[in-house]
Amino acid sequence: MLSAHDLTTAYEGLVAISGVSIEVAKGEVVCVAGANGAGKSTLLKTIAGAERPRSGTVTFDGQRIDGMAQHLITARGIAYVPENRRLFPSLTVHDNLRLGSYLYRRDAGRDEPLELVFKLFPRLSERLEQLAGTLSGGEQQMLAIGRALMTRPRLLMLDEPSQGIMPKLVDEIFQAVLEIRKTGLTVLIVEQRMAEVLEIADRAYILQTGRVLMQGPAADIRTNPDVRKAYLGL
Amino acid sequence: MTAETIIQSLASGLLMGLLYGLIAVGLSLIFGLMNIVNFAHGEFLMLAMYAAFFLFAFFAVDPLLAMPFVAAAMFIFGAAVYLLIVRFAMRAKTNVGMVQIFATFGLAIVLRGLAQYFFTPDYRSITHSWLGGKTISILGIYLPVPQLVGAGLSILAFGALYFFIKRTDFGRALEATREDAGAVALVGIDQNRVFALGWGLGSALVGLAGAIMASFFYIYPDVGASFALIAYVVVALGGFGSVFGAFAGGILVGLVEATTALVMPPSLKAVGIYAVYLLVVFIRPRGLFGSI
Repeated sequence: MLSAHDLTTAYEGLVAISGVSIEVAKGEVVCVAGANGAGKSTLLKTIAGAERPRSGTVTFDGQRIDGMAQHLITARGIAYVPENRRLFPSLTVHDNLRLGSYLYRRDAGRDEPLELVFKLFPRLSERLEQLAGTLSGGEQQMLAIGRALMTRPRLLMLDEPSQGIMPKLVDEIFQAVLEIRKTGLTVLIVEQRMAEVLEIADRAYILQTGRVLMQGPAADIRTNPDVRKAYLGL
Repeated sequence: MTAETIIQSLASGLLMGLLYGLIAVGLSLIFGLMNIVNFAHGEFLMLAMYAAFFLFAFFAVDPLLAMPFVAAAMFIFGAAVYLLIVRFAMRAKTNVGMVQIFATFGLAIVLRGLAQYFFTPDYRSITHSWLGGKTISILGIYLPVPQLVGAGLSILAFGALYFFIKRTDFGRALEATREDAGAVALVGIDQNRVFALGWGLGSALVGLAGAIMASFFYIYPDVGASFALIAYVVVALGGFGSVFGAFAGGILVGLVEATTALVMPPSLKAVGIYAVYLLVVFIRPRGLFGSI
């Protein structure tokens, strides 16, 4: 479904990822793990169109999307939830969700994904009129995922969904990812909490200083002695 | 000074203030949307006034009828200014603020120069319109009809704008873009499109004001300057970026101006406005209704 080939992205001359290739098949949960600064976020930004690659290609459903404007990539079915969530803080929860379905504003059924969003995150339905900026960190993450689901994506990309969230809510978010996957959606997730994310992923890539260090089924990576030592602290 | 004179001037001040609000709201809207002050705002007003004048002079279209056409033309003009000039000014890598200021400031000078060349510096006026020259008296207070209708239209325009921003999808997109322009692509919105439409909308509003004012104000290439100055004060008073602030700021400026004229010689008419402005800047720099 998604195939990034030999991607290199640099910020002001500083290479953040170099020659990274990943594949995501329909219905999979794929995680990209690695230490801080390994280039995980840059990889997602490049796929989402927020950054342009210096070289390499990104193909989504057989069509090149690298170099395409970010809003068009969203419209093609890739929803990207960035690390800092980028909600609209002084708009209500409801308005944030309605903006998620902006592309479907002329459809009678624009609000259809709301059912799934409320099922995943019931607390959002209780806070519809609250301003997004006044939500807790965990609730903001839920809203960001909810807003992304409203765009009716075929691929959902989450960047560090556990960041700045109480541990109890982290579980809730990871459970939600599993639920989302059950609806047939494909998920690409970037995480630093490797132990937890490897539990829910089918396959994993490990990045180190901008390159793919290791890849394979999540179960294999989890039991790999090097990974256990270097990343899981076991 | 009798009670009647005071009420009379406050009433005229209120009417003028509502128009000031309508002149200023486009400026505030664009600033709120993208943190850019359009220094050619007064020249936009001037162009709208000329548009109304020429529609009258060549086609005998009454300014009241010309209003929707002038507003539509200004919408296109405003969007074009964004797409052809401002968009590129925003890409500057260094001195971004200065580049933006001088892009619109330069545009103002160009527009004024073109107006002097093509329209000549002559003072024009619309000599006989449906409303022109008429006054009505309510309880002994005389009100000029063009200003009265203009004030009414201003209230209508503000009402419509409020509804548009709060209740429509595009309004929500506008609010989202002003919050975080870089984030709207996440929901599939093209920020450039929103910016262009925002410039269009802001310019259409000043177009509306220009068409109204053309029926009772002299029209000349520099006419925008004094109104632009007032518009900046209105926006700073009401709060940069706030639509309601422009409405309230406009009324306040109108009333202060009228009151000053009562107690001071006419040549000092503007002093009151700027005194209030300085006061607000000292006490509440973000303006009365500003959120920044």
